[in-house]
Amino acid sequence: MRIELDINGAVRELEVEPRTTLLDCLRDQLALTGAHAGCEHGVCGACTVLFDGVAVRSCLMFAVQAQGSAVTTIEGVTPGPGELSVIQDTFCETHGMQCGYCTPAMVLVAHALLADNPEPTRAEIVDAISGNICRCTGYAQIVEAIALAAERMRGANRPKDARK
Amino acid sequence: MSQAPSHHRYVSADRRVREDRRFVVGKGKFVADMALPNTKHVALVTCPHAAARIVSIDASRALKMPGVHYVLEGRELAAATLPLMTGLDTPNVPRRPLAFEVARYSGEWVAAVVADSRALAEDAAEEIDVQYEALPFVLDAEKALEPASPLVHEAHGSNVLLDKNFVWGDVEKDFAASPRKLSLRVKWGRSSTVPIETFGVVANWDPWRDMLDVYASIQMPRYADQIGLALKIPVTSVRVHHDVDVGGSYGVKRGIKHTVLAGYLSRRLGFPVRLIEDRLENMRGGDAHGPERLFDVDVAFDDAGIVRSMKMRALENVGAYAGRSPFQLGKPIGAIVGPYKIKSVQYRAIAVVTNKTTQDAVRGFGQGPTNLALERCMDEVAHVLGLDPIEIRRRNMIRHDEFPYLIPSGTTYDSGDYHIVIDKVVADSGYENLKAERDRLRAQGKLAGIGVAACLEPSGGNATFEALLNPAITTSTFMDSCRINVDGMGFITATMHTTSSGQGHETLLATVIGEVLQVDPDIIRVTRPDSLNSLPSGTPVGSRMAIMLGGAAFHAAEKLRTKFTTIAAHDLGIPLERAVYAQGNVHDRNAPAHKRTWAELVQIAYRNYHRMPAGMQPGLAVEHIYQVPTGGTLPTADGRVQMYPCFSFEFHLLLISIDPDLGRPEIVSYRLGHDCGTQISPKIVRGMTIGGIAHGIGAALYEEFAYNDDGQLIAQTFMDYLLPSSHEVPAIEIFDHETPSPYTVLGQKGTGESGYLGAPAAIANAINDALRPLGISTNTLPIKVSKLGDMIAQAREKIKAKKDTE
Amino acid sequence: MKAAPFEYSRPAGIDEACALLAADESARVIAGGQTLVAMMAMRLARPTRLIDINRIAALSYIRAEKETIAIGATTRQCVVERDPLVAAKLPLLARAIPWIGHAATRARGTIGGSLANADPAAECALIAVTLDAVLAYRASGASHEVAARDFFIGPMITTLPAGAVLTGVRFPVWSGKVGTGFHEVNARQSDFAFVTAAAQVELGCDGACKRIAISVGAVTDFPMRLESAEQQLKGGKLDYAAVKAAVTDALADIDALADLHASAEYRKRVAIKLAMRAVADARDRALGKTVQDTAHAH
Repeated sequence: MRIELDINGAVRELEVEPRTTLLDCLRDQLALTGAHAGCEHGVCGACTVLFDGVAVRSCLMFAVQAQGSAVTTIEGVTPGPGELSVIQDTFCETHGMQCGYCTPAMVLVAHALLADNPEPTRAEIVDAISGNICRCTGYAQIVEAIALAAERMRGANRPKDARK
Repeated sequence: MSQAPSHHRYVSADRRVREDRRFVVGKGKFVADMALPNTKHVALVTCPHAAARIVSIDASRALKMPGVHYVLEGRELAAATLPLMTGLDTPNVPRRPLAFEVARYSGEWVAAVVADSRALAEDAAEEIDVQYEALPFVLDAEKALEPASPLVHEAHGSNVLLDKNFVWGDVEKDFAASPRKLSLRVKWGRSSTVPIETFGVVANWDPWRDMLDVYASIQMPRYADQIGLALKIPVTSVRVHHDVDVGGSYGVKRGIKHTVLAGYLSRRLGFPVRLIEDRLENMRGGDAHGPERLFDVDVAFDDAGIVRSMKMRALENVGAYAGRSPFQLGKPIGAIVGPYKIKSVQYRAIAVVTNKTTQDAVRGFGQGPTNLALERCMDEVAHVLGLDPIEIRRRNMIRHDEFPYLIPSGTTYDSGDYHIVIDKVVADSGYENLKAERDRLRAQGKLAGIGVAACLEPSGGNATFEALLNPAITTSTFMDSCRINVDGMGFITATMHTTSSGQGHETLLATVIGEVLQVDPDIIRVTRPDSLNSLPSGTPVGSRMAIMLGGAAFHAAEKLRTKFTTIAAHDLGIPLERAVYAQGNVHDRNAPAHKRTWAELVQIAYRNYHRMPAGMQPGLAVEHIYQVPTGGTLPTADGRVQMYPCFSFEFHLLLISIDPDLGRPEIVSYRLGHDCGTQISPKIVRGMTIGGIAHGIGAALYEEFAYNDDGQLIAQTFMDYLLPSSHEVPAIEIFDHETPSPYTVLGQKGTGESGYLGAPAAIANAINDALRPLGISTNTLPIKVSKLGDMIAQAREKIKAKKDTE
Repeated sequence: MKAAPFEYSRPAGIDEACALLAADESARVIAGGQTLVAMMAMRLARPTRLIDINRIAALSYIRAEKETIAIGATTRQCVVERDPLVAAKLPLLARAIPWIGHAATRARGTIGGSLANADPAAECALIAVTLDAVLAYRASGASHEVAARDFFIGPMITTLPAGAVLTGVRFPVWSGKVGTGFHEVNARQSDFAFVTAAAQVELGCDGACKRIAISVGAVTDFPMRLESAEQQLKGGKLDYAAVKAAVTDALADIDALADLHASAEYRKRVAIKLAMRAVADARDRALGKTVQDTAHAH
């Protein structure tokens, strides 16, 4: 089927089989390999992308279903070559990863969370990432990265004395 | 032994991990990201029976489907390749990528389909008609030992791969002399590390260069050797690319059978072949299960709780083929008494084959189950004597002034200060508060328990257990290497010669070299040459890279520093002893202004040979191949040997609360004392430690490759094999202590395993503490909700019935 | 793990969807797809055609209709989770929704999809049965209704006729001194439930129970209303002993499910406990007391 996808702000036209998942389409046809296959049955979360701004599993939908919606991948939240978003930077600051396989998904979940809730509690951060399995870290440094990013993003563009 | 610098500039500093930048933007280079032109895809046909004779395979329908290139059967592969290398001498237990004549577990690969896409390959796999004749099978290790058991490998004549008995010290005398004894049966359930990235490989044969290029998510010693041996091609025709990021491994990424299969297909078909396991293939037939071990332990002790002797029988259910698994009974010998001064030990290690998925190496290489058995015993000893579980451990532990300490099985522990670490964990009323909290929970009607466990992490890797279990093996080294080149412009490039799966080795290398050369690690380029351009590496197994790659890098950097200093001394016309190396420049101790800068020394080495010391090679390249500290010996006739050089220590203390109606355990708090010597990268150490605990929580409470009576794996998806999420891992408070190892270049020890080695024991002890008021106990992992709930309910009914009759 | 090939249709309206469905008995409707796509990946489901109803705007709504709240079939679970009308009028549903999967699956998963899928452990199905919801469907150009209690007849089996498309569900709204309770137990917090229990009560001015609904899920083939217990408890004060006796009695003869994760004994025993807790929470909330939910601090 011929479809048009709005990926990271650009419309791409491509031919897909109906059975091609959004994940496989991103990886194999658009060379956006930041989304990873972990289980392909919707449990591990490594394939997470933002679908109209909300974190979803790209292995649990077909590419043909994405027509008309805005898909954001990890490549789309990276500000530019060699540049990191605040959240990407705090993941580096706390070393919120090890092997890096679940990391793009974690970063995207953090983006979705902080867009919605700029001041999450620890419990809210834990809950937000609970659908994404990290086998390396035990999550502590991921939670810290997101908390630190929230703090920095709240602090940005505010007069110094108004920061907490 | 090198002298550790007293003040570190970069080592132990809270610096970022250089690998992280590429991962946070999704630019890791994982095997599934490799896109070679014209690559074809593999899907597997798997055996649906626990054991079956393969009567016939009809691929004609599949081969007619568009986009399908080939169907490979076990017969063709077996004729063209040699069986995979195994550690034990068991020639009648051959292991091959595809089953040949007989399939020995449900999920075993029977045929491979090659097609234009993975989806087409799966379509075709469904059309392959395999006729099976089901055979009798055995799943349980104890049943497999019985003479009447079905044989997994008929030609081997029994199901026993290994049965070795060791006696270190006068066990019988110590038992006879001890006033108290205790027996315990402990079972570690079948689980594994289950990385989120499955195993994958892309193999590409170039017939004009006689070269097999291999890209794989691998973590395995002698990978290229094994590929070459099995495919019957020179190892110089195998080029393994080490710059592939590995999406987690923790021991199991040993896809040798996958690689031989893909390599064979690429040679046979003439295009790149890619085999990326899907999750089902990974769980069922990826041969990546972990230990399933039954212990019978007897300990002899006195009234003060001093454990004098131990008898341990360990029965390992290795699954259908040998793999590396039997050796996982060997490594624990190097720390068989844990941190305790047990004087004598009898250890019987038995490995049997069954009709379950094959195992491979798992984090700790067998130490986790053994530590569970040992730590459960310590708790029971405390319990029967009415002693505090921490106190009993303190009494039995090796004291700081007793290191280096020789244990009965022949290994000398390097260093430790166990009592101080415990002090730190229980300081500030940590323990008293925990007990008060437990009592408060109990008063609320909860079952609550405190869990204590110590553990050692043998690190540095020295696989002399191989020689101990198989005398035909005489390997007494386990090396790693580093090459440093300063180029003609003065820039530094360091190389490592293996893959990484999240351990931050590039950061390790840069940090250590930066420390020695006194230059900012961030300016040091780290590369990973392919296997044909590499020096030897034992790969990131055995908790060894900080010690071994760190050691190699340290020594290579020292050589480079010496070369700089020697050139400078010669050019300055001063004796070498007066030449002082400082931040890349070299000056005269007596006249600091009299110096040569880094740039000048590079100029000399590259362009002014006439200014070089006589006989010195031009250029600034150095390399070091580092022998494992304390290595170099083979086992004695009575079965003693020095194994790993370094021993990290952890002390776990946690509180668990169980809703008695539901049986659902919740970890209320978790405190950890940790000592891995000098921490080269504190962020990495912390992540490894907490990640290990998370993994241990899984093994203790959630994860099990469960089989039904028909021999079918029923936990084959992530809906049934449950990995801990962020909800299940509590906040963990870590109390660090650093007891440097005298055997390593910076005092560092290993750190990747101890969280995993200690947590299951601590959790099991906490649950048993919680159950004690009901008069019940459990020694079988994992302790799942329903099982625990049913146990508690039965116990409560019994108590109620007893009350009612009174 | 790739789905078998299929055709894909995205009808503009509900009758077109029905026609497509009627034309091919191996076709399936896809809503959120959070179960179906996983089943297709494992080739445990292999529809010849997927009929995607996600873009039919008329199927996504939450609105008050008389004494009910009506929710369109393709309304996302995450939308229901955050909807103020649901929070105010259907606190029991609001309480249960966060227990469905993870945020990322609730972002795609729909109310109708969960109901039509009829997993014995599904929270939506349990609440529909508890509240006597009425499900609406469209078939052969006509609209039909079926009571939730008549809809679920087995594990993943419903009375939805072949060729019919579920269009929405109406949950009756209770008024008066109403309280709700929901409990669930599983291995990890977001897994399929071993047992779920829901209760909603209305108390009179005297504190006596005027109206009560109790259900347990994941225990039997489909959500089970504890009608005999409801009968026994109506008019009473819902004290511990009475609730225990009524619930125990109602669950005495059930044939509980058993699987890898929980034994039949476990499910049966814990169903009693959770049903008791759900009723106790509902009573206390009806009395105006603050009751903490066990998990999911949303």
